[in-house]
Amino acid sequence: MSARTRTFATAAIAGLGVLALAACTSNTPKAEESDNAPAPQAVAAGKNDEPGQKVRIGFSAPAADHGWMGAITKATQAEAKKYSDVELIVAEGTNDVNLQISQVETFINQKVDAIVLLPFDGAALTPVATKAMEAGITVVNVDREFDSPFAARTTILGDNHGMGVSAGTYICQQLKDKKDAVVAEIAGIDSLPLTQDRSKGFKEALADCGLKVSNRVAAEFTVESGEKAAANLLQAAPKIDAIWNHDDDQGVGVMAAIKNSGRKEFFVVGGAGSANVMRDIKSGNSLLKATVIYPSTQGADGVRLARLLVQKKALGDLVEVEVPRTVQLYAPVVTKDNVDQYMPTAFES
Amino acid sequence: MTVEDGARPPEQTASTQATVTPPAAQRSTGLMHSGVGRNLGLVVALVLLCIVGVITAGHTFATGANVLTILRLAAVIGVVSIGMTFVITGGGIDLSVGAMVALASVWATTLATQQLASDLHWIFMVTTALVVGAACGLVNGLLIAYGKVVPFIATLAMLAAARGLAEIISDRKTQIITVNSFVDFFGGSLLGVPVLVWIFLLVAAAGWVLLNRTTFGRRTFAVGGNSEAARLAGIKVQRHTVALYVLAGLCCGIAAVMLMARTTTGSSTHGQLYELDAIAAVVIGGTLLSGGRGTIVGTVFGVLIFTTLNNVFTLNNLSISAQSVAKGAIIVIAVLLQQRLAARATSQ
Repeated sequence: MSARTRTFATAAIAGLGVLALAACTSNTPKAEESDNAPAPQAVAAGKNDEPGQKVRIGFSAPAADHGWMGAITKATQAEAKKYSDVELIVAEGTNDVNLQISQVETFINQKVDAIVLLPFDGAALTPVATKAMEAGITVVNVDREFDSPFAARTTILGDNHGMGVSAGTYICQQLKDKKDAVVAEIAGIDSLPLTQDRSKGFKEALADCGLKVSNRVAAEFTVESGEKAAANLLQAAPKIDAIWNHDDDQGVGVMAAIKNSGRKEFFVVGGAGSANVMRDIKSGNSLLKATVIYPSTQGADGVRLARLLVQKKALGDLVEVEVPRTVQLYAPVVTKDNVDQYMPTAFES
Repeated sequence: MTVEDGARPPEQTASTQATVTPPAAQRSTGLMHSGVGRNLGLVVALVLLCIVGVITAGHTFATGANVLTILRLAAVIGVVSIGMTFVITGGGIDLSVGAMVALASVWATTLATQQLASDLHWIFMVTTALVVGAACGLVNGLLIAYGKVVPFIATLAMLAAARGLAEIISDRKTQIITVNSFVDFFGGSLLGVPVLVWIFLLVAAAGWVLLNRTTFGRRTFAVGGNSEAARLAGIKVQRHTVALYVLAGLCCGIAAVMLMARTTTGSSTHGQLYELDAIAAVVIGGTLLSGGRGTIVGTVFGVLIFTTLNNVFTLNNLSISAQSVAKGAIIVIAVLLQQRLAARATSQ
């Protein structure tokens, strides 16, 4: 819905930007299109959703062994279906970088227009992504960053540090009058940079209101590990005021452990934003009072941006006539008051 | 020599290499046919796959670039599978291949190793990977041959331990290779064929010669077929078993080097589930899981069938879950096809 209103709003700006746009597209691979470009582009830039030049997009992501990852692929496919001018080629999800590299090579052989790539390992997929860019294919990097600026045209990222900040700020607001409050944290896989970023943001936000993380345990993003970590935490801390759990998938286990313990003196803040958790928040009779979103729509946004890039359209609502280099998504706090707004993009785990 | 007479498989696989069966050796005609039959099933399966590929995605499938894409993907898992063929033919199993690939890749890309490599020569990274792989194989072999631990358990332990050690060494971070000469050499091409594919061809050829044309190979068949008989025939079964696992480890070291070149990284997550891919390729190829019969050519076909399958799926944009179902079905079909053809060939 916002996309449509956005497109109307930008119509005027885009009109002004036509000349600049025509000039700026000279770096795109297909020369014959920029010859007769100016007129159709003016229309296109104003109404981004209108069918344009046919775009073939290759998509590859890690294996869907986690609710969030499964949602990424589902949302991406659903988004591609909305556009009659987009043909999405989805490669089998895999955690084998050797196979994922070969998938990208296949896309290059197929001469797709764009590749939306959520690499299992950003560094390992960098060489082949660079090769795709050199072959004139628009690469959109999603979630896990390549280690070279030449490997992608645009990168879409979540905000792990921001998740921690949002969760910490929310807990601060809820516990404002309790200076000696006990705040616990259930992290994800501890050695991953994303977990470290989340914890850092959380710590900083809590410090801002004079709180600290009293107890911290780490799980492994799975239900089973969440249950184990939470059970240990509840043993270690006899009284808790607030818990932030990094991940809603492991959160299923966390909530099970809490239920088994029969404890009710605290509230829980989730992470990632699964539909389950949002339903709990909405019902209001759960200890889960809020969750912080790590958008599972990144792949879907990747498809949209890839389409815009190939069709040489501008991103609506920006004065800038080129699609930005990096798009970092926001990590909002979902509570009972605003849960309906985020429900449509929540993922089923 | 009794062992030689008893070990028919070498002859069998040798004859399949020649493709045309000479009608001379009357005694073993049936066996030779069965050998041809087994590989014929694989050829039929691969040709069928290729026909499907050409029909459904001809414009991209039947191109040189696509063939190279398939071969590059096949190369890494192919080298692992060659090593696996030896272990399985010798009556064992190695579940730790993926973990050994990961450990070798991590060890060969540590800061210290890379420093040494950039100061002197990238050959140090290669040697490190090979030594680490072979050393893991040695541990496997010693545990199995002298410690009398069942291969399944010993290599399962190695699977856990090697990946764990890889995680400790790398701190679960991806180690990027900064030695450009290494990446340039292994990422390059020779006579239009990627170096990785050359390595696969070399390893396969060396493996074929070793299994079918040397005493080592004949002993492998003997040990796998009946280790007690092999012992009575004077073969040092324990020492031979150790050698087989070292060979598998060495192949993992080579595969690690190849994967490092392909990804320009070393990581504890490399080589996930390679043990299953390799075992599947070996068994589809016609090597008996119980040992005593093995074929390198079959394994190469097995690997090619898997990777071609994958390529055809990707080219045709098939749904992710349907791909897995089809994969399982094709494994069964390939094996059934082999058995039927082999049976028909023997009954003639």
